[in-house]
Amino acid sequence: MWGVIINRFRQGCRTLSYPKDVPAFPKRFRGKPVAHDAAGEKPAMDMGKCLFNEDMKDIYPKGALTYSRDHRMAVSKREDLILRDDEIRLAAALNEKMLKIFGRSLKLREVCAGSCGGCDAEIQAMGNVVFDLSRFGIQFVASPRHADGLMITGPVTKNMELALKKTYEAMPHPKIVIAVGACAISGGPFQGGREVHNGVDGLIPVDLYIPGCPPHPLTILDGLLRLLDKLER
Amino acid sequence: MGQEFYVRNGQSWESDFVPVLDESSFRQKILDECSQSSAGGGAGARLVNLFAQQQDSRSVRIFAMLGKDQEGKLSVFSMRIPAEKPSFQSLTPELLQAHMFEREIAEQFAITPVGHPWLKPVRYHSNYRNVSDVWPEISSRPIPGTYPFYRVEGEEAHEVAVGPVHAGIIEPGHFRFQCHGEEILNLEIQLGYQHRGIEKMMEEISPERAVLLAESIAGDTVIGHAMAYCNIIESLSDCEISPRAEAIRAIALELERLSNHIGDLGALSTDIGFLPPAAYFGRLRGEFLNLLMELSGSRYGRSLCRPGGVLFDLDQDMAEDFRKRLLRARKDLKNISYLFFTKSSVLSRLDGTGIVSNQAAQESGLVGPTARASGRGLDVRTDYAFGMYRFRHIPISTVLSGDVYARALIRWLESQRSIEFLLDILNQIPDGDLQMKTAALKPNHTALSMVEGWRGEIVHAAMTDSNGRIARYKIKDPSFHNWMGLSMAVRGAQISDFPVCNKSFNLSYAGHDL
Repeated sequence: MWGVIINRFRQGCRTLSYPKDVPAFPKRFRGKPVAHDAAGEKPAMDMGKCLFNEDMKDIYPKGALTYSRDHRMAVSKREDLILRDDEIRLAAALNEKMLKIFGRSLKLREVCAGSCGGCDAEIQAMGNVVFDLSRFGIQFVASPRHADGLMITGPVTKNMELALKKTYEAMPHPKIVIAVGACAISGGPFQGGREVHNGVDGLIPVDLYIPGCPPHPLTILDGLLRLLDKLER
Repeated sequence: MGQEFYVRNGQSWESDFVPVLDESSFRQKILDECSQSSAGGGAGARLVNLFAQQQDSRSVRIFAMLGKDQEGKLSVFSMRIPAEKPSFQSLTPELLQAHMFEREIAEQFAITPVGHPWLKPVRYHSNYRNVSDVWPEISSRPIPGTYPFYRVEGEEAHEVAVGPVHAGIIEPGHFRFQCHGEEILNLEIQLGYQHRGIEKMMEEISPERAVLLAESIAGDTVIGHAMAYCNIIESLSDCEISPRAEAIRAIALELERLSNHIGDLGALSTDIGFLPPAAYFGRLRGEFLNLLMELSGSRYGRSLCRPGGVLFDLDQDMAEDFRKRLLRARKDLKNISYLFFTKSSVLSRLDGTGIVSNQAAQESGLVGPTARASGRGLDVRTDYAFGMYRFRHIPISTVLSGDVYARALIRWLESQRSIEFLLDILNQIPDGDLQMKTAALKPNHTALSMVEGWRGEIVHAAMTDSNGRIARYKIKDPSFHNWMGLSMAVRGAQISDFPVCNKSFNLSYAGHDL
């Protein structure tokens, strides 16, 4: 008993003041890519395929691509992930009717469909005391029958296709679908593999795309809060 | 036989040097060397790897790698399987360690291990040889296909099926419990849902992509698998990486271990329902991930390891900062662990739950902290020291009881050792270039790389063809063996013990399914 109280006192409050303040990311953090003028034109960059690896920079002409420290990357439409200039059309809020239903309480079901487990670990991390997802009224539930939204990670392996579709069908209407990570958006490192699909698109309609490999918990949180219209536009 | 061919961790050799034995001496040699009884001349070796490779003339060669843990070397030999007779006498009835390997060979190369007591698919995909599969319709039907799960019949016996989609935020897999009341009589685990075809892809894609694929074998073991892959490429191209790069890789590997071990302690607290330490451990896990992010820009250390070295430096200022943060984390870890491990209610839940005996761990070839919690002193960092661990040693921790308590305790002990190792090495990081150039891969060579990831022994083996391209890439995640340990741990336990048992193993589905 005393041990718990003493430790509680020592640990203090660790929850971020996000979204009021955004914590500083370390210098090497690789957030939203930025294309620069090189040889007269800016390269088009598909964030949905980007694995946010450091050596990605070497593929483009020298200096044509850098990573910013901006964690905000979630979008509503697949084509918005293709960066042509520095402007990014971040995810739009749900329509008024949907916001009325989900705005103050959103229950999500997560399905891992062939991810390496990285995205799932970051989704799980959103629930810890630092990010404290539930203070925004968002919770993960155990059954698709209780869920308003489906969060999918992984390229959708052939062996998971049926289970994923059944989970989607088991959810009551209206429902939203969120694709998290490069795999779920484009197949990621497994793109073109014969045992996988290239992401969720074409199997299930997607309402929110969150790029990254894996996306930082704040990137996912940013997408969810934009969907629920809880962030300034 | 007289033909002995030994290799060491991180070595590469001409594939032709590997002795080819006939089927019966191949089989006998494995059984003799892996025999534990000294009366039978047993050397107590461990079956580290058993895999097949397609030869040019449509025949298949099966390679065995037997680890002599005490001597730090592995005996490698092979046998040929002709295309006309795609079968061999199964080792499994006499040697349980071979059980998963043989099923894998049957699935990947359509070669039947005759007499295998439990021959069923591992990952449900069609074979690599484009011949008819051992199991017809294996890839056209959803898991489990036509396979009937093991069943217990009788009055009041009942069955519980869980998965592939689980209640929590975890990866997919199917668990089939056969119970009598609360007692679990048998647990059958069927995985394969995460199968992405990584081994095959490794042969087909560019080296720039292959390293990214290696980082995605298991998302919580990015450093472990990336290091194993890089070691393979460096070994196949005779590239010697600098001591500085070795040190930075080892730092990242220990940070990965710390974040996962401490995360697991948090997950165990959650499952017991003791929430304060669950919250504190969960937060503390993040501190180590954030150190990795400071170093590599990714919380899981992606982009750090590349063939030839590392992409990021750890300079004096950063080392100083890391040390300060680690000292704080060490204090936190001590306080929170005391809170957890001194509570009688915690101990009564963990103590004696889900026991895996030393003998069972040995027989089924368990590795990593799971094996060490059953008193098996196996650790690649010591037995087959690689990289920085050749110069700086980490003492092995073992616990004898083999229960959930032991697997929790081992995580705490190993975390302490890792922090001490980091504090020591951060004091003095050796000099050297971050990344050396790698040359073209040597043709017709085989390389072996073993890394002690946080879950245990990671083994990668690669073979090149006459053009120096990767012709076969074999990956073994520690989960490959250890899932069997979970089945054994819950046998005879209560069904409500399953969550804590599962968390105490915390195995990778993705690493198993590849």
